[in-house]
Amino acid sequence: MSAPARAPQDRAPVQPRLGAVGTARFVWRQLTSMRTALLLLLLLAVGAVPGSVVPQEDVDPAAVVTFREEHPVLAPWLDRLSFFDVYASPWFSAVYLLLFVSLVGCVLPRSRQQWTAWRSRPPRTPSRLERLPEHRVVTAPTEPSPLVAAGGALRRRRYRVDVRPDAPGAATGSVAAERGHLRETGNLVFHLALVGLLLALAASSLLSYRAQVVVPVGQGFSNTVARYDTFDPGAWVAPDDLPPFAVGLDGLDVEFEEAPGSQLGAPRDFEAQVQVVSPGEETREDVIRVNEPLHAGGAEVYLAGNGYAPVITVTDAQGRVVYSEPTPFLAQDAAYTSTGVVKVLGSLPEQLGFTGAFLPTAVIDERGPRSIFPDARDPLLLLTGYRGDLGAVNDGLPVNVYELDTTSMDQLTTDEGAPWSVALRPGDAVDLPGGLGELRFGYPPGAAAPGGAATAAEGDPLPRFAGLTVRHDPGRVPALVFSVLAMLGLVASLFTARRRVFVRVGPGEGGAARVEVAGLTRGEDAGLAAEVDALARTLGSSAQDQARHPAASDRTTSQPAVPQPAAPQPTASQPAASEPAADAAPDADGSPAGSPTSTSTTTTRS
Amino acid sequence: MGESLAATSNLLVYSAMTVYAVALLAFALDLSGRGRTAAAPARQEALVGAGAGRGSAPVRDDAETGVRRRAAAVGVSTTWLALALHTAAVVTRGVSAGRVPWGNMYEFTLTGAAVVTAVFCVVLLRRDLRYLGVFVVGPVLLTLGIALSVLYTESAQLVPALQSYWLVIHVSVATVSSALFVIAFSLNVLQLVQDRRERLAAAGRPPRRGRFMERLPGSEELERAAYRLIAVSFPLWSFTLVAGAIWAERAWGRYWGWDPKEVWTFVIWVVYAAYLHARATRGWDGRRSAYVAIAGFACILVNWGVVNVFFPGNHSYAGIG
Ligand code: HEM
Repeated sequence: MSAPARAPQDRAPVQPRLGAVGTARFVWRQLTSMRTALLLLLLLAVGAVPGSVVPQEDVDPAAVVTFREEHPVLAPWLDRLSFFDVYASPWFSAVYLLLFVSLVGCVLPRSRQQWTAWRSRPPRTPSRLERLPEHRVVTAPTEPSPLVAAGGALRRRRYRVDVRPDAPGAATGSVAAERGHLRETGNLVFHLALVGLLLALAASSLLSYRAQVVVPVGQGFSNTVARYDTFDPGAWVAPDDLPPFAVGLDGLDVEFEEAPGSQLGAPRDFEAQVQVVSPGEETREDVIRVNEPLHAGGAEVYLAGNGYAPVITVTDAQGRVVYSEPTPFLAQDAAYTSTGVVKVLGSLPEQLGFTGAFLPTAVIDERGPRSIFPDARDPLLLLTGYRGDLGAVNDGLPVNVYELDTTSMDQLTTDEGAPWSVALRPGDAVDLPGGLGELRFGYPPGAAAPGGAATAAEGDPLPRFAGLTVRHDPGRVPALVFSVLAMLGLVASLFTARRRVFVRVGPGEGGAARVEVAGLTRGEDAGLAAEVDALARTLGSSAQDQARHPAASDRTTSQPAVPQPAAPQPTASQPAASEPAADAAPDADGSPAGSPTSTSTTTTRS
Repeated sequence: MGESLAATSNLLVYSAMTVYAVALLAFALDLSGRGRTAAAPARQEALVGAGAGRGSAPVRDDAETGVRRRAAAVGVSTTWLALALHTAAVVTRGVSAGRVPWGNMYEFTLTGAAVVTAVFCVVLLRRDLRYLGVFVVGPVLLTLGIALSVLYTESAQLVPALQSYWLVIHVSVATVSSALFVIAFSLNVLQLVQDRRERLAAAGRPPRRGRFMERLPGSEELERAAYRLIAVSFPLWSFTLVAGAIWAERAWGRYWGWDPKEVWTFVIWVVYAAYLHARATRGWDGRRSAYVAIAGFACILVNWGVVNVFFPGNHSYAGIG
């Protein structure tokens, strides 16, 4: 990769002329210079780091809240620097937008140059080929024409070839050939694909939506905003026209590590069995696993979490069943110590609310109640209750289903006036204090699940729930396409050697032709010598020593009878071959580098 | 069976470390010059003259100079032996858990170190990079020490998010790429040292300490070697990045989410892209681009040693503790 042959925008800026145009041109040249690109790249790297150290609003909002509480002095300062939202911050955006402006400004002129280069003929044949880094002379018969043979051989080696006879039809003349345009083309494709990738990312963020929903086994959801617990649309998404489909959760299999040790209780396998209903299609059965989302209605459905939804039944003071359904409790730790909320809207005389914990494998000791294993080995439901007005839910306003607004409620107390609390196992039922009714862990006795229990799962007092994430992202396919293009361009650019090879055919001794083969490379190219050797060997049928170069004869005399070492050790007098790791060499074209030429055809090296 | 295999794996790691130590010693001996004997002084002289004419590094090739480097030969064969033991340790570890051997930090480190040695051995088949022996085997040995003492985790199955063929694709390419970066890093550091010595020598104050550096190639050649490794590694790292995004899309429903591990993978990529630019920027010599490459490697270390352990994120599978 030689800088000299490269991009004119690299040139040291000329003194800025006065005037707006001059200044603008100066700024533009600065912005599109390699040095600026380098600086901006380094800035981009540095700028990305804080987002991994400080919790991010977008990634983990809960962690941001905790962080603010723990660092009350620091947090306002970090806020001012947008450190909680680094990747959408003005300064981070400025860096990458400038970088891409620079990139476009740099790549477009180069693309134009490359376009002309593709269509132009290989360069003029230098008059003194012996001055090029690689040079061989061989003798060849005049029939068939060495000029034509050289052209053919070079074309076969995928060179762009220009055959230039001294006079039309003459046997003497030169051939100019060049290859490796792919290097610059690859580089341009790479950089342009990065622009495409940026646009795809923008499309993703504007046009995608992401929703989360908690679904107990035996229930389902439809793709509507109303049904989702959270819904994050991109700026250009109309929430009203989500594609219609529905998913029912038939079952959820969960496995945990049972072997004692540090991994005890670690999750091992999750699988959800679902039914998918889309308009115009037959209902189909499918499964969702952690790395295998479900495709439905142009969206993907991911299994993001799971937990328990104990069935809770509340009978009010008048003996009516006012609440009876699986109620998701969200896991707070690896052993699924979970918390949840029950809101009983229809109870009389007052509304009721309960909060508490569910412990799949309960332990209550000096550290308080908690679960020690994520599977339901000894399930326990701990609840306290409130009576009064549940607040905003009653007005049909959106509220968090996992929070109880107790501002207009009173905590239930025992007859002694202490806060009322209960611990229930599946099937247990207790009376609420003050004759408010009854609370049960399970469906009401005798009654099956609402809608008539058809399966055992629906009568189960402790079904699991699946936390599902629904995502639709029209930018992801373009993003992938541009990434792949970028990688192809990158590989082409890094591993293509740029070479020029010239052949000159002139009159030789005894009616034969004297054929010179010479090559030069731009940048590093460990395979050039071998290529020139091979060409010389192909073209020269009968070898003859001519015009021995002093260096070459030196070596021959210093080790007259010793054959050249076959091992790929670099030899001191061969610059191109003395590079280490030529196999890993990005410029090597696969030809074995550096093995000295076989003695039969080649004679001269300069 | 899993447990006894895991124990076998540990035993193999210890054996590999012992053999590595021998290799390290042999390579060091070679660099000190004590492991070398001159075989054909007359021939050596003629060719030293030719090499010196180009003003490059001191001559180093035994085929050419007639220097027999017995210690280096021992170093190479013991490194191969260590690699065999090390590979066996990796394989038994994988079999003991019934999956690919990179499900947690310990295994990732163990496997990564083996890949570093393997890459070095493969390059040795084609090029004489024996001068690098100390600077590859040394770090590998150190890494294994850290793996056993700090990162060790019992062999176990994977959490569901890791159960994917993307684990095989993404992590194996990341490992090979990191291994290449490790070796390139050694070369870059040596390049800087050599460069300093050359400048001192040019200023008429040849450095007195670190004579062994004279047995290494010149800074320009070290620079080129480092570049070539990075140029191979960079596309692999790009692939790692893209494969990671594809996997994230399948596992978490978004292909890019600025999770700490993603951030650092991206940072590493950008820094090495900056290195490639630095090399092509006029006015930036090999020394300054080497600094950028070393910064890139520092990011790799952070990604491995700090992010996995201290920054919580979706990638928190380190399983330490
Ligand atoms: C998003 C920002 C950029 C990234 C990630 C990036 C990345 C890269 C990479 C990886 C290479 C080496 C591979 C190859 O030769 O194809 C490269 C080369 C190059 N880039 Fe960029 N680049 C960026 C922006 C720019 C800008 C703004 C310029 C213009 C000033 C530029 C000009 C070049 C040139 C001229 C080369 C060729 C260097 C050579 O041949 O050694 N790049 N870039």
